[in-house]
Amino acid sequence: MPNQLPVTPATTIRMPKDSNMTLIDLANPTRFLSLTARILPWLAGATAILLAIGLYQSAMAPDDYQQGATVKIMFIHVPNAWLSMFVWGVMSIAALGTLVWRHPLADVAAKAAAPIGAAFTFLALVTGSLWGRPMWGTYWEWDARLTSVLILFLMYLGLMALWRAVEDPSRAARAAAILTLVGAINLPIIKFSVDWWNTLHQPASVFRMGGPTLDRAFLMPLLVMAVAFSLLFITLHIAAMRNEILRRRVRSLQMMQASQRSA
Amino acid sequence: MSLGPYASFIVTSYALVTAVVLLLIVWVAIDFRRQKQRLRELEQSGVTRRSGRTAADIK
Repeated sequence: MPNQLPVTPATTIRMPKDSNMTLIDLANPTRFLSLTARILPWLAGATAILLAIGLYQSAMAPDDYQQGATVKIMFIHVPNAWLSMFVWGVMSIAALGTLVWRHPLADVAAKAAAPIGAAFTFLALVTGSLWGRPMWGTYWEWDARLTSVLILFLMYLGLMALWRAVEDPSRAARAAAILTLVGAINLPIIKFSVDWWNTLHQPASVFRMGGPTLDRAFLMPLLVMAVAFSLLFITLHIAAMRNEILRRRVRSLQMMQASQRSA
Repeated sequence: MSLGPYASFIVTSYALVTAVVLLLIVWVAIDFRRQKQRLRELEQSGVTRRSGRTAADIK
């Protein structure tokens, strides 16, 4: 029984048919597609459940003694802000995959992540602005944190425009990978902007030396929402990668069709 | 649950996040259908992949 691994006399773990699948095998787009078909429903389900729990905890969280109920905006603003940087980090690793390891799925991953990252950055900016108006008295301030995140958003848009402008995906991938790696310089600037400059934006209150300064009543819903939004990104990213693989198959078939017609 | 004097800011934030997340989900779903449809049309016109796999194999 090659597909069954004995654990105890009473139980066995049924291994998938392609149990010898390794990470290197995922470089094969066909294998990747078969894997996505199996894991996407589970990822989507886990995301929905965690989002529901996170939204419930956010609704039930107490008001802050200074900010009142506006603290609830934090539960959606902060996960989006974290993901805006995380997605660019993922794209930077994918850019290395394109330029250094020439992994066949690296540029697919980078291209698929860009619109999702742009959406998270947009949401971080707008929810931050809506939180800022009642707390700071202004929707916008050209301080280092807000400006560096706005630059990140513009870089996402630039990257998406570059992908559209260059027709050949492999040529676009190399140009986009270089731009992504150059843009990664902005990530530490965003992270440490509140420490390096005098900003209206508050300093880090979760990932900081000495531990979080947030009370547990706010920290728990925030962390659940952060995990839920991260799962949402993973789900959407894998689905968008699947779409991009199919788009490239369509392109290659169209080219075959065109060459058959001209022959 | 009372949202206080700034309820409109809180409700707008959550509504906007919901709308954008739903847009992302719908965009991904529509794009998937569109690519599968294009693959099917190309296969029906006689263009096939060397592996012989078809759009019907994609779930």
